[in-house]
Amino acid sequence: MNIVVCVKYVPDAQSDRTFNESDNTTDRVGVDGLLSELDEYAVEEALKLVEAGEGEVTVVTIGPDEAADALKKALQMGADKAVHVKDDAIHGSDAIATSLVLAEAVKKAAGGTPELVLTGMASTDGTMSVVPAMLAERLGLPQVTFASELTVDGQQVTIRRDGDAASETIVATLPALVSVTDQINEPRYPSFKGIMAAKKKPVEEWSLADLGVDASQVGLDAAWTKVESFTKRPPREQGQIVTDEGDGGTKLAEFLTAQKFV
Amino acid sequence: MSEVLVLVDHANGTVRKTTAELLTIARRLGEPSAVFVGDGFDAAKETLAKFGAEKVYRVESADVTDYLVAPQAEVLAQLVADKSPAAVLIPSNSAGKEIAARLAVKTDSGLITDAVDVQAGEGGGVSTTQSVFAGSYTVKASVTKGTPIVTVKPNSAAPEEAAGAAADEVVDVTISDAAKGAKITESKAKEASGRPELTEAAIVVSGGRGTGGDFGPVEAFADSLGAAVGASRAAVDAGWYPHTSQVGQTGKQVSPQLYVAAGISGAIQHRAGMQTSKTIIAVNKDEEAPIFELVDFGVVGDLFQVLPQATEAVKAAKG
Ligand SMILES: Cc1cc2nc3c(=O)[nH]c(=O)nc-3n(C[C@H](O)[C@H](O)[C@H](O)COP(=O)(O)OP(=O)(O)OC[C@H]3O[C@@H](n4cnc5c(N)ncnc54)[C@H](O)[C@@H]3O)c2cc1C
Ligand SMILES: Nc1ncnc2c1ncn2[C@@H]1O[C@H](COP(=O)(O)O)[C@@H](O)[C@H]1O
Repeated sequence: MNIVVCVKYVPDAQSDRTFNESDNTTDRVGVDGLLSELDEYAVEEALKLVEAGEGEVTVVTIGPDEAADALKKALQMGADKAVHVKDDAIHGSDAIATSLVLAEAVKKAAGGTPELVLTGMASTDGTMSVVPAMLAERLGLPQVTFASELTVDGQQVTIRRDGDAASETIVATLPALVSVTDQINEPRYPSFKGIMAAKKKPVEEWSLADLGVDASQVGLDAAWTKVESFTKRPPREQGQIVTDEGDGGTKLAEFLTAQKFV
Repeated sequence: MSEVLVLVDHANGTVRKTTAELLTIARRLGEPSAVFVGDGFDAAKETLAKFGAEKVYRVESADVTDYLVAPQAEVLAQLVADKSPAAVLIPSNSAGKEIAARLAVKTDSGLITDAVDVQAGEGGGVSTTQSVFAGSYTVKASVTKGTPIVTVKPNSAAPEEAAGAAADEVVDVTISDAAKGAKITESKAKEASGRPELTEAAIVVSGGRGTGGDFGPVEAFADSLGAAVGASRAAVDAGWYPHTSQVGQTGKQVSPQLYVAAGISGAIQHRAGMQTSKTIIAVNKDEEAPIFELVDFGVVGDLFQVLPQATEAVKAAKG
């Protein structure tokens, strides 16, 4: 089975994430970035599926030059090849435009409709969890999101999903799109061998023109939504800290009473 | 006045509180029309009328309930085309966000997710407020194309009653085969804990690795306050508490009046799910634990001593 995994390059959550003052977009250049942690689970799941059978794993990203780092990590983990879509016109694209470009890139990477498309449950910067559903809509694929277990049997994928009200089993026929949670597996660390092998793996770079996407459909000016302003929330001021000397619980209850929670 | 569509969140006709919140918000933007998909409309009607729904569009086809989100997106897309609403409001849970995502593509409309406030925009349209980057920024945004589609987080408005007619209209929809591509074949209902729902609760008490697997003191304290119980990923991964109770980046994002973290260190991924809580309390043995940077009140101590004592004191105060 040939699997396409969509991965995103995101600002490191441990660093100070911010916006570009000039156009209110997420700052992806001035901040250290990496392969979104949540996409590692999708890469891992794809590798497991292919290792258990046959086929190839292709990772696809849309992002600035630096996003090549995210692809490199996925190739080091074991993906076979990578596609980097980059074009100055893409800067500032929102989820709808991203899904438009991603749909074309996925089709081109797979040479038609791929059998299985895997994504992370959310990107760690946007955390919108909407690109997978948008991509499925554009590719005309059944979609199952938030899979915490996934099995493929012939042309059928079975997914378990932990919903709020129920734990569900969902069945879809291939081709399909599945987004996976951080419950599904334990992503591997690249091995030395993997790191060396990655250097020889093919990375294709595509522009919007290569994908036949008109530049006027993407980017900041074409965005379907507009960020009007952003304000940094004042850091929380540390309140009162007491050390328990046998009366910590009582003091806690007193605080609750004073704050009218009791 | 133009209609504002509100997708009703319900379980067999029992309408969840978020729907009352969404109807309240819808009234700021136009005339609320509820969209009710599934069984149990008779049970829901009264609540929808009480919170101001003038109309209710009903869809009762099994095609919609046995499948995932795609059919619901088709229903809404059809209503958007027929009614040209001023906006579509959808609850910001995982299903809601997927429905919204598909709807946005189908109708070529702008989508804003996880809004914590929605107001009428100055030149028409909507103006939304979101909290991003683990709660460290507040962003105001607007939709510039198509019909504004907004998913709204729980507790984003205080539900206000306003009588509506709730005149129902059955809508016929044709669900495409593509939308039926993923079918729910089995559904095991979760046991009800008897406690408030995590994302809607006014108070949340969470336990982490520091509980060592014994959630007894956490639950007892939560019950004394009428609170929901949450957990860190470490506690969930250890199998001590169900995944649906996980608070954080890959769990639930909560924003209650009061959040209590017991035996939780305060990793960035945990903070991402609770940082916007109004008041934060932590109980932790380690005075260096990062969670203390966020707290309004912190106790450096053993949760097995502190929580039971606090529970008794709260009970005594309540009488
Ligand atoms: C991709 C990804 C996603 C993640 N998503 C989430 C998420 O959604 N939610 C989440 O919570 N985490 C998430 N994490 C994990 C996160 O990084 C932390 O590992 C996790 O939050 C730690 O849980 P903890 O605070 O319970 O455990 P620890 O960090 O081990 O902290 C336990 C704390 O308990 C204290 N303690 C011990 N005994 C006692 C006692 N008797 N009384 C009082 N205090 C005591 C200790 O001092 C310590 O501070 C994610 C990680 C990754 C990589
Ligand atoms: N720029 C991108 N390039 C490739 N994949 C992406 C991109 N943005 C989002 N995705 C995929 O969509 C998932 C959800 O993203 P989001 O909807 O932004 O939360 C991610 O985990 C990725 O798998």
